[in-house]
Amino acid sequence: MHTKSLTELAQGLRSGEFSSVELTQHFLKRIKQYHDLNTYITVTEEIALQNAIAADARLASGQGAALTGIPMAQKDIFCTLDIKTSCGSKMLDNFIAPYNATVVEKFNQAGAVLLGKLNMDEFAMGSSNETSYYGAVKNPWNINTVPGGSSGGSGAAVASRLASCATGTDTGGSIRQPAAHCGITGLKPTYGRVSRYGMIAYASSLDQGGPMARSAEDAAILLQTMAGFDPKDSTSVDLSVPDYSAGLNNSLAGLKIGLPKEFFSTDLNSDMAATLKTAINEYRKLGAEIKEVSMPNLKLAIPAYYVIAPAECSANLSRFDGVRFGYRCENPVDLTDLYTRSRGEGFGKEVKRRILMGTYALSTGYYDAYYVKAQKIRRLISDDFKNALTEVDVIMGPVTPTPAFGIGEKIADPIEMYLSDIYTIAINLAGLPALSIPAGFINDLPVGLQIIGNYFTEDRLLNIAHQYQQVTDWHQHTPKGFE
Amino acid sequence: MSLTADDVTQIAHLARLGIDKQDIDSYTKDLSGILDLMTQMSELNTDNVDPMAHPMDQAQRLRTDSISEHNNRDKFMSIAPQAEAGLYLVPKVIE
Repeated sequence: MHTKSLTELAQGLRSGEFSSVELTQHFLKRIKQYHDLNTYITVTEEIALQNAIAADARLASGQGAALTGIPMAQKDIFCTLDIKTSCGSKMLDNFIAPYNATVVEKFNQAGAVLLGKLNMDEFAMGSSNETSYYGAVKNPWNINTVPGGSSGGSGAAVASRLASCATGTDTGGSIRQPAAHCGITGLKPTYGRVSRYGMIAYASSLDQGGPMARSAEDAAILLQTMAGFDPKDSTSVDLSVPDYSAGLNNSLAGLKIGLPKEFFSTDLNSDMAATLKTAINEYRKLGAEIKEVSMPNLKLAIPAYYVIAPAECSANLSRFDGVRFGYRCENPVDLTDLYTRSRGEGFGKEVKRRILMGTYALSTGYYDAYYVKAQKIRRLISDDFKNALTEVDVIMGPVTPTPAFGIGEKIADPIEMYLSDIYTIAINLAGLPALSIPAGFINDLPVGLQIIGNYFTEDRLLNIAHQYQQVTDWHQHTPKGFE
Repeated sequence: MSLTADDVTQIAHLARLGIDKQDIDSYTKDLSGILDLMTQMSELNTDNVDPMAHPMDQAQRLRTDSISEHNNRDKFMSIAPQAEAGLYLVPKVIE
């Protein structure tokens, strides 16, 4: 049952091949069986079975929606009413969310079954899932390698079929990079497309939730449920939501694909370059035209991002003060001691590093030199994309410099870890939609192809990804031992 | 550009963030390295560029001043580390 697509699962539920309760029990059994991957922080077994019973009744009455009765999992960054929502941090290890994120509410209304909450880098700050308070997640393709991050639990759970699909969030690559490392399809929508209400904030001008699934077809179904204007999110964009599945089969004849020469410079590892070239050739066969484009300011994306994201993080994370919710230190002697020690003991090393960096960048005398300067560079990078997207329909490139790296390999060197985000963060700065699809393997580890589109063209991106998945089978490979 | 241990102590104070003494040196080294990365930004002239805060340059949306939320005080306070009679408790601030 776990190998079926979302459409096949929906058909199976309707034809009586299996019930939602049976399907849910099957996934719960797999979660227990593959517990060592450490993909889940919380398994909501009882809630899942209650959801499944309700879904079976709803399906029996003929009222089911596309996701009714389908077991999925939420990244532990989305607030879930009366369920622990840790954000991968000791700070929120005792936090039982008092409300639902809008995204969670939408899945509930659709009748989806919540299997549990997925592991992630602490407060979504990391590219390997190693900063989680709950320990590293293992990549099912090779358990000595990282699944990527920050949505590492989501990537590994979907790849190993411990959930039919999952949510993720992407501030600098946190959906696309784990999707690439785990061999699944992950889409970061346009900034403002999916509500951020109840999604614990890291860098508010960059954060965006999105689907992580086995195929573009599945991702389209998930995005349909997630997307839409939300009055509760002041940066949500009020624009109607198209039917994301309707255009999946559109022809790609005449599609103009841009390849930024900065993405394919000599810095790119030759195995990665060769794999991507083969993938892009498939698009040529499907009728696309390939053109080189240039985005000269891309090289400054990393410094600009690592000013803006920590600056916003230092402001957002000031709410964790040990007073209203979350971790509080033992026996504080005064209020300053309460704040300082609760935060010092509750946050892990990478989160502290970013709070410090952001506090420095926003402090008196440095604000213009760092934060404002970075926001100016952000506009130049965004203009580079806008210019390129007047010449071509989409931009393609790598998601990551290499396939998944080893657990422990980069964690001691923050800068090396930051540099692994080179191909993804510029897209967040520009606020554009982008997805990662499986495009081959290097040393038995999956490689992702990134496809970047213009604002609010998620439907076109999904169509382009789906057409590739009709002529290749990379997305259907399953890691050994998890079949 | 590099920071000193005193700088890091001061930044940690501004952020009300406890850092163990034995970790100050490693934070100083890491932050100095990250700052070196940041200084690459100065290579680019940005004199006539407007800073970008929202990808769609959307301004903050306003809403009508009407009641949209119910009073959930008790529920929200039930997860506080220490609360009593509708008040959050902290160490004594004024003698």
